[in-house]
Amino acid sequence: MAKMQISLTLNGQQVEALVEPRSLLIHFLREQMQLTGAHIGCETTHCGACTVDLDGKSVKSCTVLAVQADGAEVTTIEGMAAPDGTLHALQEGFAEMHGLQCGFCTPGMIMRAHRLLQENPNPSDAEIRTGISGNLCRCTGYQNIVKAIRYAADKMNNATKEAAE
Amino acid sequence: MIPGSFSYHAPTTVEDAVGLLAELGDEARPLAGGHSLLPMMKLRLAPLEHLVDLRKIADLKGIREEGGTLVIGAMTTQAEILASDVIAGHCPVIQETAALIADPQVRYVGTLGGNVANGDPANDMPALMQCLDASYVLTGKGGSREVKARDFYEGAFFTALQEGEILTAVKLPIPPAGHGYAYEKLKRKIGDYATAAAAVVITMAGGSCKTAAIALTNVGETPLYAEAASAALVGTSVDKAAIDQAVSLAEGITAPASDGRGPADYRTKMAGVMLRRALQRALERAAG
Repeated sequence: MAKMQISLTLNGQQVEALVEPRSLLIHFLREQMQLTGAHIGCETTHCGACTVDLDGKSVKSCTVLAVQADGAEVTTIEGMAAPDGTLHALQEGFAEMHGLQCGFCTPGMIMRAHRLLQENPNPSDAEIRTGISGNLCRCTGYQNIVKAIRYAADKMNNATKEAAE
Repeated sequence: MIPGSFSYHAPTTVEDAVGLLAELGDEARPLAGGHSLLPMMKLRLAPLEHLVDLRKIADLKGIREEGGTLVIGAMTTQAEILASDVIAGHCPVIQETAALIADPQVRYVGTLGGNVANGDPANDMPALMQCLDASYVLTGKGGSREVKARDFYEGAFFTALQEGEILTAVKLPIPPAGHGYAYEKLKRKIGDYATAAAAVVITMAGGSCKTAAIALTNVGETPLYAEAASAALVGTSVDKAAIDQAVSLAEGITAPASDGRGPADYRTKMAGVMLRRALQRALERAAG
């Protein structure tokens, strides 16, 4: 089948590419854009390791076609740290609170938590657990992931408060 | 897993979408949120030559009230349902149900129209729509028609939707203020389909049940509107005897499969348990 041209904003950069209609967004990101942060876990929309942000929504990029990202804004884990390398509060939280062991689920966890905190900047632990219920971790038992997201929420809220003062 | 090759179309109007479907015939499929169809395509269980993506059709979006009727565009996502003040104010049981579907990422993309049109008996919205006596607007090249949710489902993945038609909107009569409602779903984990689930809407006046509607999810080839069980509640105080009777009648119409979610007898019993809980919660919420 003929390839289709797509144009999107990927981690703040304008990108144009040719994709097959059947290309999944995760394969486009990993193989054409060389952004291998989002992982391919289950490939069946269950595990959440491929989660990226697409137009303000967390999506499982194994179940979205690359052509559906035409005109969209996509953020992956590679777009989270500041250009000078300063970690995002969530990345710092996962490091500080030991929110990972093998790290396979972490990019998806962080991207999902990122959108959760945009929508609910001060979630309860129960809301965090519900918020990341579409992301599986086989190592941590989730306890430290919840702490990591709590850490990031507190840090981001304090920064907002300081900016207001 | 990558789907087989296909041509991709993203029309911007309903007219163009049904025109394309008519022109391309049975080698084309419409795509809503894609969280049922894309996995099937990846497994090569849904071979198709043309995919007609409905995501750019603005007319298929939105939630509005029209003279006592709630009209929800087919491409409205579960997340948009959960965020809707109109639905929260008029028919909160739709939100209670949406919150139990899949997981947050899937709810951002999965649509009401896809959930009800696909004909999967494991989906949650079809039974709820039967309970609410919703109608589906089906649009083809020749125009639109409405089919009641209670008449729409013919078998697993077989519905009244004709080739070339798309489901464009869901319409439902807004339940009276003070109605009691609940959707109770037993599932093994977040993201799972129901082992069994029950939707209930009742109205009470002077301690007596004026109207009742019950429907069941994933305990048969189709969603099941439990007509006799519903009728058995009307005129009662929804006391234990009435609930026992309704549960028994509802269990009687189930015909679940024995599968990974449990043997058939168990799933029938769980449908009864879900119904009992839903009735109790609906009763607590009902005014009068």
